[in-house]
Amino acid sequence: MRILISLVAGALFGGGLFVSGMTDTRKVQGWLDVFGDWDPTLAFVMGGAIVPMFLAWRFTKGRKPLAADSFPSLPRPELDHRLITGSVLFGMGWGLAGLCPGPALASITYGGIGGLVFLAAMITGMAIAPRVGSQLDRLAATA
Amino acid sequence: METDWIWGLVGGLLIGTGGAVYLLGNGRIMGASGILGGLVDGSGWPSWVERLVFILGVVIAPLVLWPLYSVEIDTHLTQDFWVVVIAGLLVGVGTRIANGCTSGHGVCGISRFSLRGIVATVFYILAGGLTLAIFRHLLGVI
Repeated sequence: MRILISLVAGALFGGGLFVSGMTDTRKVQGWLDVFGDWDPTLAFVMGGAIVPMFLAWRFTKGRKPLAADSFPSLPRPELDHRLITGSVLFGMGWGLAGLCPGPALASITYGGIGGLVFLAAMITGMAIAPRVGSQLDRLAATA
Repeated sequence: METDWIWGLVGGLLIGTGGAVYLLGNGRIMGASGILGGLVDGSGWPSWVERLVFILGVVIAPLVLWPLYSVEIDTHLTQDFWVVVIAGLLVGVGTRIANGCTSGHGVCGISRFSLRGIVATVFYILAGGLTLAIFRHLLGVI
């Protein structure tokens, strides 16, 4: 059951990224590029995605998931240096190439060699992230 | 194109429905960087089948929709090898350190008014916009 749910959720996610044009780096960079020819599409995608998720969160109250014991334990609403530094690093890469993790996966079959190079670099980044994270912790402790 | 925003909205609703199915079904937050990253660093190996099947769904869906779609399919990714490599590394490291990306912090976080999700989203959008402004308009390299 959990596997079927994962497949359906993944297909909806990948299909949505494809249909919305979010695997096209020009549309993503077009949204970030406020000094150029601004493209509003990403705002519609975000807005559209937040609506069903908002309803889903409301629906979780007092209920249990279909195929799990409980809903995820949510992190305490604390801001730490990892959240800020990580988001800034991610944003820099996102701005440079116009790809984030979801679209990088969704476009594997039509993103060409460049898309595969991006994916390989991203996976490498994910592999070294725990070490980079502990270095940042040490820096933050001395700062 | 003037119909782009409609497709954006339709696609967004599909993305959000995927997140809703994942949350209400499996009791998990749908985040692309977390699902893939857990497979990469080993933290998600106990649930590797679900993660892999989710990614399979993400990859297969565009192939199924492709014939129904009239617009040209191109990611228009930069041809500059080093820009692609550096961007990929930054996205991989950054999303894992921040524990989320556009789907986890953006879609799933903002929709429950999570402070962490909202702050992360503000920072990656500002960093993205600023990076693009510097490298495209100031330096003219991308």
